[in-house]
Amino acid sequence: MGVALARLVQWTATGYGTRALEITPLNEVILKEIIMFAESFIYKHPQEAKYVFVEPLEWKTDLEPTAFESGYVVSATTVKSEESDENGQPLLFLSVPQIKVRSFGQLSCLLLIAKDTKLKEAQACIEANRNPVAKILGLDYNTMKEESSVLNILDKITKDDDTESEMKMKIGILLKQLDVHLLNHSLKHISLEIRLNPAAVKNDIELLKRFSGKGEQTVLESIKYTSDYEYSNGCRAPPWRQILGEICYVLVKPHDVETLCITCSEEGVFLNGGKTDDEEINYERKGVIYKDLVTCLKEKSATFSANMSKQQTRFNEELQKGKNQPNETPKKEAASALRKAIPGSDKSTLEKNKINFGKNNMIKRLEPSLNWKTTVDSKEHRSSLHEEKHGGRLEKSAPSVSPGKAQLVRKSAEKVEEIVSESSSESEEDEEPPDHRQEANADLPSEYWQIQKLVKYLKGGNQTATVIALCSMKDFNLAQETCQLAIRDVGGLEVLINLLDTDEVKCKIGSLKILKEISHNPQIRRNIVDLGGLPIMVNILDSPHKSLKCLAAETIANVAKFRRARWAVRHHGGITKLVALLDCAQNSAEPAQSSLYDARDVEVARCGALALWSCSKSYANKEAIRKAGGIPLLARLLKTSHENMLIPVVGTLQECASEENYRAAIKAERIIENLVKNLNSENEQLQEHCAMAIYQCAEDEETRDLVRMHGGLKPLASLLNNTDNKERLAAVTGAIWKCSISKENVTKFREYKAIETLVGLLTDQPEEVLVNVVGALGECCQEYENRVIVRKCGGIQPLVNLLVGINQALLVNVTKAVGACAVEPESMMIIDRLDGVRLLWSLLKNPHPDVKASAAWALCPCIQNAKDAGEMVRSFVGGLELVVNLLKSDNKEVLASVCAAITNIAKDQENLAVITDHGVVPLLSKLANTNNDKLRHHLAEAISCCCMWGRNRVAFGENKAVAPLVRYLKSNDANVHRATAQALYQLSEDADNCITMHENGAVKLLLHMVGSPDQDLQEAAAGCISNIRRLALATEKARYT
Amino acid sequence: MLPSSHSVLGMTLSTGTNSSPGRPGVELRYLRSLLCVEATFNMDPKALGKLVESISKTVKSFKKSEVESLIILFHSLVEKPDVRLDNARLDRSTFRMVLHGLFGMTDDKLMNRVFFAFDKDSDNCISVSEWVKGLSVFLRGTFEEKLKFCFEVYYLNGDDGYISREEIFDMLKNSLHQQLSEEETDEGIKELVEITLKKMDYDNDGKISFADFEKAVKEERLLLEVFGQCLPEAKNCLDFETLAFKHILNSV
Repeated sequence: MGVALARLVQWTATGYGTRALEITPLNEVILKEIIMFAESFIYKHPQEAKYVFVEPLEWKTDLEPTAFESGYVVSATTVKSEESDENGQPLLFLSVPQIKVRSFGQLSCLLLIAKDTKLKEAQACIEANRNPVAKILGLDYNTMKEESSVLNILDKITKDDDTESEMKMKIGILLKQLDVHLLNHSLKHISLEIRLNPAAVKNDIELLKRFSGKGEQTVLESIKYTSDYEYSNGCRAPPWRQILGEICYVLVKPHDVETLCITCSEEGVFLNGGKTDDEEINYERKGVIYKDLVTCLKEKSATFSANMSKQQTRFNEELQKGKNQPNETPKKEAASALRKAIPGSDKSTLEKNKINFGKNNMIKRLEPSLNWKTTVDSKEHRSSLHEEKHGGRLEKSAPSVSPGKAQLVRKSAEKVEEIVSESSSESEEDEEPPDHRQEANADLPSEYWQIQKLVKYLKGGNQTATVIALCSMKDFNLAQETCQLAIRDVGGLEVLINLLDTDEVKCKIGSLKILKEISHNPQIRRNIVDLGGLPIMVNILDSPHKSLKCLAAETIANVAKFRRARWAVRHHGGITKLVALLDCAQNSAEPAQSSLYDARDVEVARCGALALWSCSKSYANKEAIRKAGGIPLLARLLKTSHENMLIPVVGTLQECASEENYRAAIKAERIIENLVKNLNSENEQLQEHCAMAIYQCAEDEETRDLVRMHGGLKPLASLLNNTDNKERLAAVTGAIWKCSISKENVTKFREYKAIETLVGLLTDQPEEVLVNVVGALGECCQEYENRVIVRKCGGIQPLVNLLVGINQALLVNVTKAVGACAVEPESMMIIDRLDGVRLLWSLLKNPHPDVKASAAWALCPCIQNAKDAGEMVRSFVGGLELVVNLLKSDNKEVLASVCAAITNIAKDQENLAVITDHGVVPLLSKLANTNNDKLRHHLAEAISCCCMWGRNRVAFGENKAVAPLVRYLKSNDANVHRATAQALYQLSEDADNCITMHENGAVKLLLHMVGSPDQDLQEAAAGCISNIRRLALATEKARYT
Repeated sequence: MLPSSHSVLGMTLSTGTNSSPGRPGVELRYLRSLLCVEATFNMDPKALGKLVESISKTVKSFKKSEVESLIILFHSLVEKPDVRLDNARLDRSTFRMVLHGLFGMTDDKLMNRVFFAFDKDSDNCISVSEWVKGLSVFLRGTFEEKLKFCFEVYYLNGDDGYISREEIFDMLKNSLHQQLSEEETDEGIKELVEITLKKMDYDNDGKISFADFEKAVKEERLLLEVFGQCLPEAKNCLDFETLAFKHILNSV
């Protein structure tokens, strides 16, 4: 605790003596931890809690004596604890406003009493007692503790052998533990914190300057430094302020507020006291610390915020992303280097630090700023692309370029990519792996030296020597990371890539053979891209040598496993060339070249498909493949029977089938037929990809029918029986789920006994499988026969058990399935017995709207079919209130589902009374102005059911729900008509409502409805008209009599 | 027909010239000799036919018409066109020019070795049948034939049928760029020899037998020409065929 307090807590800079704790997030965290420690002390260590401090902790409190209750002797201005030490002194003594506490027990009690002001009390306590440990344990202990080792402590215990010092030891250890905890905690906290530095700030300001000026579109009117002089370390603040970490001060004039005087410091950005009359700056902080200038300005100026988001909506998000990247650390190092450098008097070290640090930061800060540029203006964007290309070339010609530069190039490329390929579907393995280079001389394996020697021959040999070295290098275990990294670390990667640029076919082949192997390593992939390897490989795809094409395509397939690489392939025209490779297999008439190094056409196509498969993980690449005419070619290749060809082809198709365009094309190219055929293959991977592709495509009804017509349902059903390969099982169940959206397919599945198997898969399966299995059951259970099967196979129990999960997709499906089962009264009994309704109900609290809606839908049949539904619903404490409050949601689906649930709940009079008390009427009325037919339908039903209680009819009228309801009659949806007519009929029991209806032209619309073939609608419409008419008659009668 | 023939020759030769810019004089002489192709075309058809027949018996990969073309080409290359067909011989320097100019080979030492590999009867010149046989490996050789040919080129000096360590050293002598001192280069080459032996000498007897060679090459085809180029590249082969079989192609 002592160390943490001394080192970490941030004290205000002003003055000495009674220094105050600054309110910074870090301090707050530390205080909270201390409070937690003190508060729980009495429970965790009841013995130690009684220990009396050597000196009391004393501070000024804001607590009133009246706050103290039992256990204390309270007078107007003093409080004494009943608990006292051996001498009869109270352990807590308050004489307003001074308080003295002498034990942890009392401290705990005090904090409990303080409740909301805990933090303040703790702060005051720490401020007044700068060395609490010394006060608690005595000064001598405090000094001893500095070199405290276990031995020391034990020694002391045995020596004195009295309980008092043993107690002290225990407390000492506890405090020490707290100290370590605090240090750890704050370290974590600090590591999350962003430290600004001059370069970063300068960058921000420069950029903001560029977008400032007169006019509506600029972000600011002006931004300028208070001082023109820049110190050598990049700061503009005077040296005595630099010591405090302040970097510079800027005067910012936004469009909509007064000029702001802002301090940029290491800790962040905040408003200061502004310029005083004598042109000095009032350095005192006024307000919250922001993490950077942009955030601060966004907070302060609405116009800035609006214009900023207009110019670069992604800025913030990217910024955030940049922060989360692993390359954070050097930045912090640099920042701390700066901190060291600023107060340092040694000029040379200061200089040096500055240089280092400046470089590092330029790299890091480039990300957001570059981004900014690119979004603002496409010209800038192009220039940055160029920059990247240029960087790539530079890299190649000078292999010994600094890693910093490489990083820069990489970063910029990455950023550009993110903008260019607005791809959202690119997910997996995009995070940068930690880039660890082998330390020089640190236990290098012998392979390292051997490889180094070979690389020497690559560099200094002619073709013959190069080929020998390449062949020899190939003999190393290139699947092993040591070898992969060794090749890179001795500079072999550059040479290998350079070899690709020569005319020597044999060297290219040899080099690609090695690159193909080592590019399985994620780090190497990135290095290859950084060194500009991809464009060269893409060019090789044009080579007349087939084996070269193959190797290049295979290497591309390995490298293009991450986004930036995929972007590079596309950007250099690789997709078109790869698609062209697919065409190879067709040109059998091509003259046979008498080269020894040639591969077969089919092999070329296979490698092309492999590379496309890797590339197809990017949205933009999918588009590019389609535009390059890839789909018909893939469809053609799909007709072959070579497994190793089919896997990449189907893999690509499956990847691309996430796009609507592809699904249409897949249907048009009659690909489904072949997918189905390959489901019968022996190869598990192939089966998996086929099933996956079907899963993707079967959202479309026609496709589902095609799957059935080509006999795909049977193999799918039989694949269910093999549960060892989970990936395949997930794909197969997915395909079954989507296929079972069609009723005919469900019938088939029942024939193949797939439903029983599915029920069997409800337990002991990974979530990916469960989601699909449950989804499929949900679809199947729409039919009576299947519901019976599910119940008879004991499927309800596992389904209900799954209601407690957390996976959103799974919950949505499970609720749906349970809801479908609940339609059956017999099944409902089981659900009820398993407490399924309560579980469903509690899912209404799930944060995800889809889950909420799905749960609410599922509740409807439950309430309908439960035996004593009213009583059951009432038994859920707070349940009705929860449902009514969901009407405040802004998700249409949730609203519709909740309306449906309310319709069912309101059928019970008692419950209707309760929800009326919870204000269901105004909430429903508020929803009335909607165009969503689904919501209209259920809302109208809910309203008509809620009319059955008290003066709800009148209340709906008062809440202006009637007029919008009348307008529902103009909808095109028959369900809406019926529900609305019924609601209007209920509402028309109230005279005022009748008038409103009449005024809104309801009669004409209702008259129309009377002619409907729908009996319920007829009846309701007629009833409503008769109510209106009767009112009219009555008024007339009243007038004339 | 003539202009087109010229253009083909010109193209072929210009590639040849490019690959060795240092020897224009040789190229010129060589060019002249090739221009005689048309002139020698009207040689004794009967003798030619006989020759074609006899060679076709041993070399199966060429059609008769192709063999005929190759014989005609051979004659055009021989310095003294007046000698009888079957007695005509190609000497080493002319053959090297062919290797260089038409097949794009550059390494003097290896070209000598190729010459010796062509020269089956070791009479230090190449007869017309040796010429056609050799070219059949060059242009139409199967993998096995090429394998054998390469091995023959490499083991040349040793009569024992092995490629010795010394021979390897000799062949790799010039494979490192001369940036280092002679001593260092020597050291580097020695190491390279060891690397090669480690890779190819499966029975660890310090030399490479045909079995070793075959095994290594079958495992990694790049090792076929491990000690330097001794087969023409595919592109050069195509060019050569266009040139040599032009008559046939045109007459069809």
